[in-house]
Amino acid sequence: MARIAGVDLPRDKRAEIGLTYIFGIGPTSSKEILQMTGISPDLRIKDLDEAQIARLRDVIERNYKVEGDLRREVNMNIKRLQEIGSYRGLRHRRNLPAHGQRTRTNARTKRGARKTVPGKKRARK
Amino acid sequence: MSRSLKKGPFVQAKLLKKVEAMNRTGKKAVIKTWSRASTVFPQMVGHTIAIHDGRRHVPIYIAENMVGHRLGEFAPTRFFRGHVRTEKRSAR
Repeated sequence: MARIAGVDLPRDKRAEIGLTYIFGIGPTSSKEILQMTGISPDLRIKDLDEAQIARLRDVIERNYKVEGDLRREVNMNIKRLQEIGSYRGLRHRRNLPAHGQRTRTNARTKRGARKTVPGKKRARK
Repeated sequence: MSRSLKKGPFVQAKLLKKVEAMNRTGKKAVIKTWSRASTVFPQMVGHTIAIHDGRRHVPIYIAENMVGHRLGEFAPTRFFRGHVRTEKRSAR
């Protein structure tokens, strides 16, 4: 049972991939961590012994902001933008994309599923 | 691409001069500016700056955590009032 940073326990994956199940650790930081702890990225998570897991836990705790802390930081940043009345904050408030993307079409990730507007005229030739 | 660090953050020289003059004399007055691209400097905190939105100058009180943003971010240039509720289309 590899339990690191709270609730995460992947299992039959290679260590390199398994670590990315932790929120805040992607492929790059995963490789860095394994480099730092000197654990082979090809080892399966289940094949790690307690000492190795302890080392991973230690490195992650000391050098990375993950899971709850990271989520909180992100939310704080968004809240700050909203409170100072910046354009990006306004976009967050309205649930629209904040980086200047088009919204005439697409932007579905941010806006959610399509809601059909009745009576909207289709372009006709 | 982001701006070269060598140059430092951009701020319209005239605007910064006005702010600093006000800091020296301790006066408080609304400064009108068209320079939406100017970065908010720590010296501006506590002042009210009227930022042009293309039509009028929107007075914005500069707070501590606005530092580092651009003035234009606080004066939206578009106003969306919502879509018109069209009447039910009669059958063609």
